[in-house]
Amino acid sequence: MISNVFHWLTNSAHWRDGHGVSGIATQLQAHMTYSFIAVLIALVIALPLGLFIGHTGRGTFLVTATNTLRALPTVGVLVLLTVMISPHFHGRTDFGYLIPTEIVLVLLAIPPILSNTYAGVQNVSDDARDAAAAMGMTGSQVLRFVEFPCSLPLIFSGLRSATLQVIATATIASYLPLGGLGRFIYDGLAQQDFPQMIGGGVLVALLALASDFILAVIQRYTVSRGVSGRFSNKSITVGGAAAADIVQAEVAVI
Amino acid sequence: MKVADPVASSSPWHFWAYFNAHLHQDLTWLWDHVWLSALPVAVGLVIALPLGWLAHRYRWIYPPMLSIAGLLYTIPSIALFVLVPPIFGLKALDPLQVPIALSVYSVALLVRVVADGLASVPDDVVQAATAMGFGPFTRLVKVELPIAVPVISAGLRVATVSNVSMVAIAGTIGLSNLGQLFTTGFQLSSPTAYYPPIVLGIVLCVALALAFDLTIVLANRFLTPWRRAVQGR
Amino acid sequence: MIRFESVTKEYPDGTVAVDDLSLTAPSGKITVFVGPSGCGKTTSLRMINRMIEPTSGRIWIDDRDHSTAAPAELRRGIGYVIQHAGLFPHRTIIDNVATVPMLLGQSRREARVKALELLERVGLPASFAKRYPAQLSGGQQQRVGVARALAADPPVMLMDEPFSAVDPVVREQLQNEFLRLQSEIGKTIVFVTHDIDEAIKLGDQVAVLRVGGRLAQMATPAELLSNPVDDFVAGFVGRDRGYRALGFEMVHGLQLDPEAAISIGTAVSGAAAVARDGWVLVVDDQQSPQGWLALNDDVTRAAQQITPALLHRGGTVSSINGTFRSVLDAALSSPTGRGVIVDEHGRLAGTITAANVVRLLEQQPAAHVARS
Repeated sequence: MISNVFHWLTNSAHWRDGHGVSGIATQLQAHMTYSFIAVLIALVIALPLGLFIGHTGRGTFLVTATNTLRALPTVGVLVLLTVMISPHFHGRTDFGYLIPTEIVLVLLAIPPILSNTYAGVQNVSDDARDAAAAMGMTGSQVLRFVEFPCSLPLIFSGLRSATLQVIATATIASYLPLGGLGRFIYDGLAQQDFPQMIGGGVLVALLALASDFILAVIQRYTVSRGVSGRFSNKSITVGGAAAADIVQAEVAVI
Repeated sequence: MKVADPVASSSPWHFWAYFNAHLHQDLTWLWDHVWLSALPVAVGLVIALPLGWLAHRYRWIYPPMLSIAGLLYTIPSIALFVLVPPIFGLKALDPLQVPIALSVYSVALLVRVVADGLASVPDDVVQAATAMGFGPFTRLVKVELPIAVPVISAGLRVATVSNVSMVAIAGTIGLSNLGQLFTTGFQLSSPTAYYPPIVLGIVLCVALALAFDLTIVLANRFLTPWRRAVQGR
Repeated sequence: MIRFESVTKEYPDGTVAVDDLSLTAPSGKITVFVGPSGCGKTTSLRMINRMIEPTSGRIWIDDRDHSTAAPAELRRGIGYVIQHAGLFPHRTIIDNVATVPMLLGQSRREARVKALELLERVGLPASFAKRYPAQLSGGQQQRVGVARALAADPPVMLMDEPFSAVDPVVREQLQNEFLRLQSEIGKTIVFVTHDIDEAIKLGDQVAVLRVGGRLAQMATPAELLSNPVDDFVAGFVGRDRGYRALGFEMVHGLQLDPEAAISIGTAVSGAAAVARDGWVLVVDDQQSPQGWLALNDDVTRAAQQITPALLHRGGTVSSINGTFRSVLDAALSSPTGRGVIVDEHGRLAGTITAANVVRLLEQQPAAHVARS
């Protein structure tokens, strides 16, 4: 089976678009697009909100509330929203499925970013904050120059965790008539074409790993060495951040 | 006189009637779902405890083990579902792939939790216990693990709640669990939306997730009476 | 100059942290707020730069009511040093120090040049500039904290237990260097500590506060030691007040006994001729005392030459211009009962016995009146 999968993946015909069937390249692009949009929107909403709540200490109920969102089954919400929204989009085929998908993906990406940003700001040393205010920084200057840079590690792990979950769930979106790498999984299943199905799985896994790696590289070059404690050039860890800081953020909010 | 058949109603609020109408099947799915969510976490914990202990005891093991764990956790759940059969030599759609994949996930998450939980035990306590004559295994079981319980519980909560959601995903590739409610609802939803099974599925999943969460919180509280004593002040 | 005018701080739940405090911290001097926990010393300090707002009363900084300026602006003109330094972990040392000048609009390059000078001033090597706070020890971080507070050359500095979080050896070093620094720059400093000995050592003026935020006594350290105003202050200042007060009185007219000394490296046999009571004082080639040599010791008798390893180092050495306390200590700690006194260049000037020191002390006119 493994060799069959390998052949399916390396067959260049599969990478181009065939008749009526999209190739790997197209689906890959579609998947990345859906994921990127969702993460971007979630970032725009959750990052400033998390910074605000962490800095002022007001509205912490929002953080616990969004954490309870995690209990929702993603597939269920996806189907529910699709069934609610898509009938309104007759004729404009893809939007009817795209919008519920993006809503679900954004809802999925917000909790990790929000709770990690909040925890990051909270974890900034009280002494540094006190010194910053005492030196004459205004509230927003303290946030911009001290709290934000020092919370970057946690913010990044929230971002990485969110990206992972979005890429994973975007796969499921292919349960709907949408593009994306999940298409190979569901079509493979329907056609009993198991190399295709498993090949789709491999592709998703590779995409997830690649994205996490890219974010890890960005993190390494963005976060100050004084904060990450990286005083000798150690390697970049992939994936560790995601699992770790889901739990850390959970613990922070308990 | 024609009585409106409650099952035929497609409103979201009729999920309870739907539940009753398909009681046997729904309960079967619910029961499957409970096992598919809980068992992998239990298996995961059993495997993660020794691994996490190793990573804590021998610090040089920590980075590589956690990198591998992180890598596994990064792989999206559905990808892991379909990847398990070829690797484990199962047929392509084997009901066993879900528990195996979820166990792998749980181990990946819990190894770090166990290692960090053990690391959270204050060093003074460990030293005192050793000085009092606790052997290493006894010390682990009677001193370090109990103190690590809060951190490990937090990890267990994350693991079980995310498992509930992931098991439902397996419903979309045909396996038996509450996820089937969603596929059924979806298929029945053309031309007009048919809500009851979908809403039922969400309600049951959320209820299940919260039930698991609560159980672990209570177990945590039960196992850590010393924390309660402080909070009561 | 900082002036507190009937300043009170009362919290909504009724606790009064500072109660009708009125005092003046003179310009160019170190004023120490000291007292037990709950006496409001830190609260009072933090009201100066409006980190806490007074409930009533006013604080004047150089004759300007401090509530007239916007808080952030006010604080940029006041240096602030806290117990754990509060350095920004994400910035290098040099950028930490350059923070306030940059906030005030200076260019990064100029601010960094100034920062480098300041690092040197507080005794840190230039190589630390590019390091991060996590790479420095507690004492080093504290020095950076002081440099950071000085960066914009503020006329006023507030210091909240800055030396409390380091070990005693480092603390003493930091205190001595702080005094040296202040003698160079002469800022108006308000310093908070819970340690009465630190207050007495560092303060030009000491304000003792009691629990509940009331001022018990404001006086010079010498006055505090010799004339505590009530039982609380007396108890807080502690025991051995008479002895500690000697640290503030300079000796005049010290009459020394001559002491024959022998140089390091000469033969042991030559020492016998010079010794008194079986002991001889050993000096180096600059005539600076190194220690006493015990001639009745087996090890000494076995040796050929006088080496540092043979010397008894028990006695302290006092300067001829020192305080009564250091002179008396030299006499008391000497193994021979003869305290070693040196001149301003560190060369042996003579010795004196404890009895003679006390006799001189008793003759000194108005010995226990405070210096101004």
